[in-house]
Amino acid sequence: MSLVDDTATPAPEKPRHRPARIPRTPMPERDAAKRAKDFEEVTLGYTEEMARAEASRCLQCKNPTCIEGCPVNIDIKSFIGEMINGDYHAAVAVLKERNALPAVCGRVCPQEEQCEAQCVLAKKGESVAIGRLERWLGDFDLACELEGRCVPVVGEDTGKRVAVVGSGPAGLACAGELRRFGHAVTIFESLHATGGVLTYGIPEFRLPKHIVQAEVGLLEEMGVEIVCDVVVGATYTIDELMAEEGFDAVFVGNGAGLPMFMGIPGENLNGVYSANEFLTRANLMRAYDFPKVDTPIWRGRKVAVVGGGNVAMDAARTAKRLGAEEVFLVYRRTADEMPARKEEVHHAQEEGVEFKMLCSPVEVLGKDGWVTGIVANTMELGEPDASGRRAPVCVMGADFTIDCDTVIMALGTRANPLLPKTTPDMELSKRGYIVADENGATSKPGVYAGGDIVTGSATVILAMGAGKRAARAMDEWLMGTAR
Amino acid sequence: MFPIVHARQLSDAVFEMGVHAPAIAKKAKAGQFLMLRIDEDGERIPLTFSDWSAEEGWIRFIFMRVGKTTHKLSNLGVGDSLADVVGPLGVPTHVEDMGRVVVVGGGVGTAVAYPVARAMCAAGAEVTVIVGARNADLVILEDEFRALPLKELIVTTDDGSAGRKDLVTAPLKELCEAGAVDHAMAIGPVIMMKFCAATTREYKVPTVVSLNPIMVDGTGMCGACRCTVDGETKFGCVDGPDFDGHAVDFEELMSRQRVYSDDERLADAEYDRECRCHS
Ligand SMILES: Cc1cc2nc3c(=O)[nH]c(=O)nc-3n(C[C@H](O)[C@H](O)[C@H](O)COP(=O)(O)OP(=O)(O)OC[C@H]3O[C@@H](n4cnc5c(N)ncnc54)[C@H](O)[C@@H]3O)c2cc1C
Ligand code: FES
Repeated sequence: MSLVDDTATPAPEKPRHRPARIPRTPMPERDAAKRAKDFEEVTLGYTEEMARAEASRCLQCKNPTCIEGCPVNIDIKSFIGEMINGDYHAAVAVLKERNALPAVCGRVCPQEEQCEAQCVLAKKGESVAIGRLERWLGDFDLACELEGRCVPVVGEDTGKRVAVVGSGPAGLACAGELRRFGHAVTIFESLHATGGVLTYGIPEFRLPKHIVQAEVGLLEEMGVEIVCDVVVGATYTIDELMAEEGFDAVFVGNGAGLPMFMGIPGENLNGVYSANEFLTRANLMRAYDFPKVDTPIWRGRKVAVVGGGNVAMDAARTAKRLGAEEVFLVYRRTADEMPARKEEVHHAQEEGVEFKMLCSPVEVLGKDGWVTGIVANTMELGEPDASGRRAPVCVMGADFTIDCDTVIMALGTRANPLLPKTTPDMELSKRGYIVADENGATSKPGVYAGGDIVTGSATVILAMGAGKRAARAMDEWLMGTAR
Repeated sequence: MFPIVHARQLSDAVFEMGVHAPAIAKKAKAGQFLMLRIDEDGERIPLTFSDWSAEEGWIRFIFMRVGKTTHKLSNLGVGDSLADVVGPLGVPTHVEDMGRVVVVGGGVGTAVAYPVARAMCAAGAEVTVIVGARNADLVILEDEFRALPLKELIVTTDDGSAGRKDLVTAPLKELCEAGAVDHAMAIGPVIMMKFCAATTREYKVPTVVSLNPIMVDGTGMCGACRCTVDGETKFGCVDGPDFDGHAVDFEELMSRQRVYSDDERLADAEYDRECRCHS
């Protein structure tokens, strides 16, 4: 089955759909006590029956609001409509028209704040489980033999060459789209493996790596060339790519990978990790298999994770799986203000991660160079801040100590200056992110950017959307009036 | 894959290796390093360039067999390949005619000192090199240094089996005392760099050291390589590896280098057993 441009048009008249009045189909999950001991996937995915039942709940609204909730405007009504008709291949084609990585997004997108929040049923009770249907279709597609898979059609060769920096969601989406336009595409990735955060950050138990690799494999099938072990800004500069290596345009999707620390005493003690280092060792380097593999990881017995986002949840749940007896999540606001997805918070609690809310570390304690605990301030919630969340304020004289042998800082990340430093004529924001217009064009002609490096840490789907939009703008720029 | 094009044992535990990597060779500068991974199960380790040829497309590094990865590496030779080689990483050593320069190399750090000394000579500086090792067998690259237009090459060994029976700090102190040093650079074991910096501090001779913290990615992504310099946290891989020796917290660096020493011993012992089983 191939993806042609007319797949987005609605299917011919079918008998009127009568939505099923059944409750939202729950997601089958592995037992919390068992799954917290290994790295296998937590959620099992719908069966075909479950997927059909869930799809049948969709009202097939005349004016579907869910689509506006999707950052890349997937035609949700149509793909669910195709599922109701039992034409899964057609459903996948609709999905892939907007989203090249449905098996990934179906697992990691915050649908509860996006499409599902806008579902008409959400106002009356429970929305259609759009994300789970997306995942089911993504997995259906991946399970097909290659000839059965929905491989986008590659356009006629344009003779133009584009370099894509970074193989995270932004780079992958951009590369796929550029190939569809017929441009030759080479992805340069600094690590030894592709996928960006999907590979080094998000753990196996939430997003199995074979899924990411299968999606990357599809791009290779489309003729995208992938070169790992190239740090753009070190091995080649952007100018060298364009002047010496023969690329006509460059897309920069290098993410925002520089970890932040708190700047408190004791932060460089042994046993203090950035979440990035901890997750990279565990995921990318598979340190959980040490000494079968060569990368070690310090397996703490009492682990404190500082932060309240998805990254903090991933680090806490990974620590648990590495054998920690106790894992604390230390967050300066309350569980309600946590930026992490509700589902992740819930899974972490089920697996025994203990939440220590309203406290903020002021010092890491140590002995002989190793962590022994943290001193934290008690906080309370004050007036709402710029983000609209109530700002935590320190309660004087109420600090206390948490005993632990490992501290993981999951405080967010910033832009890495390595690439911009060697591209002085590309405009940056005050905080070091690349300045790009809504189509990804930077101040440097022929150079486009998208994903976390433009927006700061955001989401997989936003990064993909940016990559895809930039590809369209790059195509126009490359082809000029030729199209 | 990166084919190994050169392999030479320099002493009992020290090896030199060359890899075909034209893109990296074209950009390499003195003081920069690469990250390598031997195979799919391998860890990523940093190694500083000891030499390179942009024309012939190769890079070289020198390593000591200390743990499983360097042990595995020492068992490879021409015809084998490395899964991954990335670079050149880190800020190059600042090279200009700084007048009378002393470059101190200790142990395998001598391998890093060589391209630095060569670049300093080329920039017109008057260069003295002090090479230190435990014994004569561990003195490396002596011929290479002798081929450079140095002012002087001073070799020291702990047991006197080659050159002076002294620590590198002894000749360094004499040169400082004589007022014959405008700039010093020390590359070697942390303890040596610490004492070199302590020696030159007295004479207010600016001293650069090349740090070797534990790294994972080598591009600023993880913070494994955190060092404290002048009371501030720096990332060794992107802010360094060169830092002001008078501002580095060497104690912290030594402590941080030991995080995985138990793991490393375990892994190497297992690897050793495996090797024995196979042979
Ligand atoms: C632990 C964790 C959990 C997350 N969970 C979720 C989630 O559940 N849902 C969600 O929507 N989002 C989640 N996010 C956020 C999401 O992963 C990111 O927003 C998204 O991956 C950004 O995509 P990107 O392509 O911009 O960058 P990245 O995914 O960061 O990819 C950038 C790639 O570029 C490479 N690179 C960097 N510099 C260079 C260079 N100089 N040369 C060559 N290559 C380079 C990097 O190695 C990397 O592979 C999570 C993030 C983390 C860290
Ligand atoms: S090695 Fe990861 S940031 Fe330096």
